[in-house]
Amino acid sequence: MTSAPVHVLPDAKGRFGAFGGRYVPETLVAPLEELEAAYAAAREDGSFQAELNTLLRTFAGRPTPLQYASRLTEFLGGPKIYLKREDLLHTGAHKINNSIGQGLLAKRMGKKRVIAETGAGQHGVATATVAARLGLECTVYMGTDDMERQRLNVFRMKLLGAEVIGVNSGSRTLKDAINEAMRDWVTNVNSSYYLLGSALGAHPYPQIVRDFQKVIGEEARAQILEAERRLPDLLVACVGGGSNSIGLFYAFIADSNVKMLGVEAGGRGKSLGEHAARLAATQGFDGARPGVLQGTYTYVLQTTDGQIAGTHSVSAGLDYPAIGPEHAWLADQGRAEYAAATDEEAVAAAKTLARQEGIIPALESSHALAELIRRAPGMKKDQLVILNISGRGDKDMEILSRYV
Amino acid sequence: MTKTALDTRISRKFRALSEAGELGLVAYVTAGDPTLDATEKIVLAAAAAGADVIELGVPFSDPVADGPTIQRASERALAAGTTLEGVLGVVKRIRAKSDVPIVLFSYFNPMLQMGLAKFARAAAEAGADGVLATDLTPEEAGEYRNALAANGLDAIFLVAPTTSDARLGAVAEASSGFLYLISRNGITGAQDALPVDLPALVRRVRKATKLPLAVGFGISQPTHVTVLGGLVDAAVVGSALVAEIEKAGSADAAANAVAAKIASLKGAASKGVSKRSFDAP
Repeated sequence: MTSAPVHVLPDAKGRFGAFGGRYVPETLVAPLEELEAAYAAAREDGSFQAELNTLLRTFAGRPTPLQYASRLTEFLGGPKIYLKREDLLHTGAHKINNSIGQGLLAKRMGKKRVIAETGAGQHGVATATVAARLGLECTVYMGTDDMERQRLNVFRMKLLGAEVIGVNSGSRTLKDAINEAMRDWVTNVNSSYYLLGSALGAHPYPQIVRDFQKVIGEEARAQILEAERRLPDLLVACVGGGSNSIGLFYAFIADSNVKMLGVEAGGRGKSLGEHAARLAATQGFDGARPGVLQGTYTYVLQTTDGQIAGTHSVSAGLDYPAIGPEHAWLADQGRAEYAAATDEEAVAAAKTLARQEGIIPALESSHALAELIRRAPGMKKDQLVILNISGRGDKDMEILSRYV
Repeated sequence: MTKTALDTRISRKFRALSEAGELGLVAYVTAGDPTLDATEKIVLAAAAAGADVIELGVPFSDPVADGPTIQRASERALAAGTTLEGVLGVVKRIRAKSDVPIVLFSYFNPMLQMGLAKFARAAAEAGADGVLATDLTPEEAGEYRNALAANGLDAIFLVAPTTSDARLGAVAEASSGFLYLISRNGITGAQDALPVDLPALVRRVRKATKLPLAVGFGISQPTHVTVLGGLVDAAVVGSALVAEIEKAGSADAAANAVAAKIASLKGAASKGVSKRSFDAP
């Protein structure tokens, strides 16, 4: 019960079953191959892993606690709920795990500058933080709509010495920030490292991001075994691109009795453009089909003629039209289940956790809690749930103050 | 050899250019910018003014390989309701009036959503001659290449300054019609000068293939074309034409402006200085 699962995917072509791959302009093929080789070497290098672990422990604040949420459990009257407290990490979210890992990789590759995209600003802040710590230059692309709703994070990035470039094209959110970051990378490919923040994009990014986030699930698995002497019945995490959720799920994939639930943004309606639910099709959300966006083959919200659709979510971090390819594979295999929570449900859930546990979660993480609130009454009291609180809600005060 | 298996308008055109010792001019416009009717006029005017090959851009919502000029063109085209089906319709209309070789220049997803077999059949029926997918490399292109080949369409792939010698051969092997050489690391868009290391890059690519070579990204001025005359088989001009369309007040004005730009570039291409200084492959 304590052994780690055997790593099998992605395959040599970067595929998780049918999903994933590498769909990029030719200019990026060589740098992706270089990244793949550098990462493979770093993985096997004890000194790299040692430096990573030291930074995770002393700089980021790992391990994070697995907290029994006694009042929330009692309030919902269902299963016994544990919270994985990624919100306690330096910079306030799980994003720092990946930024440290890739920042070290960038340094190892001799790159002096990192480029990042950000939605809610958490990945941008984490990357700006790591760049400062490691002495790297940092440029962050952010949609101008997101800059408006996450002003505090924009200021934080600048304070950390990063250059923040607003992206005014398309939907002016995460998707467009990624486009612009890719354009920067393709232009400055020899000097710069693209530090992608979610389990998305061309191979090897989905694998690299997952590997740097899987510490969440590895810790949680050991912690629940110590606390309860058994594995949980259910894992719940929100899914934008899918990095915190794959980070929690990965260590449990081989534990077939552990159910995994990813929660997407149900937004404010079920028609295309009103939500960001790519896999929750059984709940009637329109517009997701397999397709290619930003380097990977996965479920994508799109029009019938293959144009990428607009999305909506109260949470900038979930407001993205595609889902990481490993999630597409987990869904197709029936190994994980995906549902969606609406803007309103997420805001209500944030308020519930604040009142019941004294924790104000990020609006992203609040989606996961919202779905758990819906399901808890139908579950048994002796069941165990781990809910990933992927980030804290400090950045969302302006939005919350408008709703609550 | 797959390269010689297809006898298309593209390969015939490059053969004729080679025999004449003349640099070809490949003209890119985004289809549907500002409307498909305008595109028909612009393309016909471009062909009449001397464009040897037309690259017809299929607009996509997320053009990661394109700079601001073509991004804006894509947005205008999509705002006008342009779809891949509509683009194929305009190919058909152009083909009824002109024999100019047409390459569809698209991101992968719109073709994938139509269905690759259905797309290839429809493109061939409309009168297109080849297809270039910006975000598709030979490694991911098995089904795509089969579908194009089955319909007599050239599959044009790109090579870049970052492409290794080992890959150059493989990408060229997967290509037919011509090979598209990206002149520099970056996105599409007009530049003042060609990269200084372009001749060395061309020599490296020439060693890997006998396919005609078209160079694009950053080419906008007659002097660029003059320089390329002794180096490669064709120059691709895109953003510089799209910028003319953006500035023009009407479809007719856009067609005239594009034709004038092409005439000046083609003039540079056919001047003595630009005649090919080495034997055609």
